[in-house]
Amino acid sequence: MTFGGVSYRSFRVWQRNGDVFLRLWHAELVWPIVEPVLILLALGLGLGVFVELGGDQTYMEFLTPGLLAVYPMWGAVAECAWGSYVRMSMQHTYDAIIVTPVNLEDVIAGEIFWGATRGLISTFYIILVALLFTPAYSLVDSPLVILVPIVAVLQGVMFASISMSYTSTAVSLASLNFFFSLVVTPMFWLGGIFFPIDSLPKGFQVLAWFLPVSHVVAIQRGLVEGDLHWSHLGDLAWILVVAAFFFRLALLLMRRRLIK
Amino acid sequence: MPSDATAIVSARRLVKHFGTLAAVDGIDFDVFTGECFGFLGPNGAGKTSTIRMITCVSPVTSGELLVDGLDVGRDGRRIKARLGVVPQEDNLDPDLPVRQSLFVYARYFDIPSQVARQRIDEALALFQLQDRANEVVDNLSGGMKRRLSIARALVSEPKILVLDEPTTGLDPQARHLVWRKLRLLKGQGVTMLLSTHNMEEASHLCDRIVIMHLGRILAQGPPADLIIRHVGEEVLELEAADQAEKAQALGHLVGLDGVTVEDVEDIVFVLGLGPHGPQVASELISHGHRARLRRATLEDVFLRLTGRGLIE
Repeated sequence: MTFGGVSYRSFRVWQRNGDVFLRLWHAELVWPIVEPVLILLALGLGLGVFVELGGDQTYMEFLTPGLLAVYPMWGAVAECAWGSYVRMSMQHTYDAIIVTPVNLEDVIAGEIFWGATRGLISTFYIILVALLFTPAYSLVDSPLVILVPIVAVLQGVMFASISMSYTSTAVSLASLNFFFSLVVTPMFWLGGIFFPIDSLPKGFQVLAWFLPVSHVVAIQRGLVEGDLHWSHLGDLAWILVVAAFFFRLALLLMRRRLIK
Repeated sequence: MPSDATAIVSARRLVKHFGTLAAVDGIDFDVFTGECFGFLGPNGAGKTSTIRMITCVSPVTSGELLVDGLDVGRDGRRIKARLGVVPQEDNLDPDLPVRQSLFVYARYFDIPSQVARQRIDEALALFQLQDRANEVVDNLSGGMKRRLSIARALVSEPKILVLDEPTTGLDPQARHLVWRKLRLLKGQGVTMLLSTHNMEEASHLCDRIVIMHLGRILAQGPPADLIIRHVGEEVLELEAADQAEKAQALGHLVGLDGVTVEDVEDIVFVLGLGPHGPQVASELISHGHRARLRRATLEDVFLRLTGRGLIE
């Protein structure tokens, strides 16, 4: 079975990145856990005092599912932007691998799966933090939260693929900043994490609907609050389509860039 | 060229275009099992493009290229499983320890870990890196990284070892160590394919070479044969401060047949003197000229074929 020329050997690339991660894990440990905690404290507890949501939900409860969407997004996107660019253009890791039986498509798929894994690791951190806060602030309302990691894998593949597609066009490490400023940061702030999308002006609501992250937030919210609807199937379909599209696009663009 | 040998790499009318640029412009060559075959040429000659086609990472524009009987366009994975590639620029995993970096590489070939461990120990010992096995790759010197790159290429026990400028940028000690190890591997029957612009390297290691220039092969054969064929056994070097001195010195060559004079600013190379060499040299010296007779090298062949304007 192949999808765009990808074979099981993409796992070898995933393993390679995992090995390097396990050597450097202490350097990677602090940021992904500290940031969500800070957000929960500063926005959830601090700012949240001033926020009226029109129900008995606290602002901190509202934030939690959003964090399950955006921090794993950061994890996956950063891995396939900074991480992949460094491996591709500075360490020449791809050049080393593609002269072995592993093909370029395996490399790119392995990188994307690894990006998704980084997102998944981030997801576990946040679930852990949320569960620690739950006795005091009842952040997790439903056992459906055990399905969050499954969605996390899908969203991880999607965000990693989007990121990889951009990286394939990057001319320098600094040019990745465009992607973060114009794509990732807007998704972070406007995707329905910090406020409900329907509080935006109508035009922005339409725009926000097209941001992949808003569909991830919708599903994670349903799972954490135990409030699933048929509309979540639509969100899921959206994620699958976007993931498949950018996965193929990343393979195509990387081949164009690297195989001359 | 041994007539009974089988070609393990063979190219026919091989062409590689980048846009309108013909990097490789219709070359034919055969590499035989067990030999060390060198691609020699200045930068931009098409050596690396040829190597990249052989290692199945750059598609062939036209012509035929077979590696171990397989077509590079159709059987990339199977070919790559039989090659060990040493790149021009080191691309080791900088964050991993030496032994682990080789283990990761062995996994790309699906080598069982028991077998991999044993081969890694052998390769590290061969390249005198066993004391560094647990050192992070980034902390190695340039020479050690190069050795590690070659050791890495051996972990898959390749049928063909492909080396793209293996000693560029190394100091003489490190270079000679690499050459010794490569000769040792050759002695064990490993087929080697080498690209270089270092003539000494080509003479040291290669059984046969091709000299490439602007995408074409200008000459091919054993280094010693190429020297005899294109330059002769000896070269007379003549230093001259000005045109007058040069003209006066060249006057001594009048009447000699088959002599080629290569005039390069303040120095003149005289080729093809044959048995007259010593006599001409001592005559020039006795007339106060700065002349020196020396053995011809591959570099003379190279410069003659790819190089500067010739006056004949």
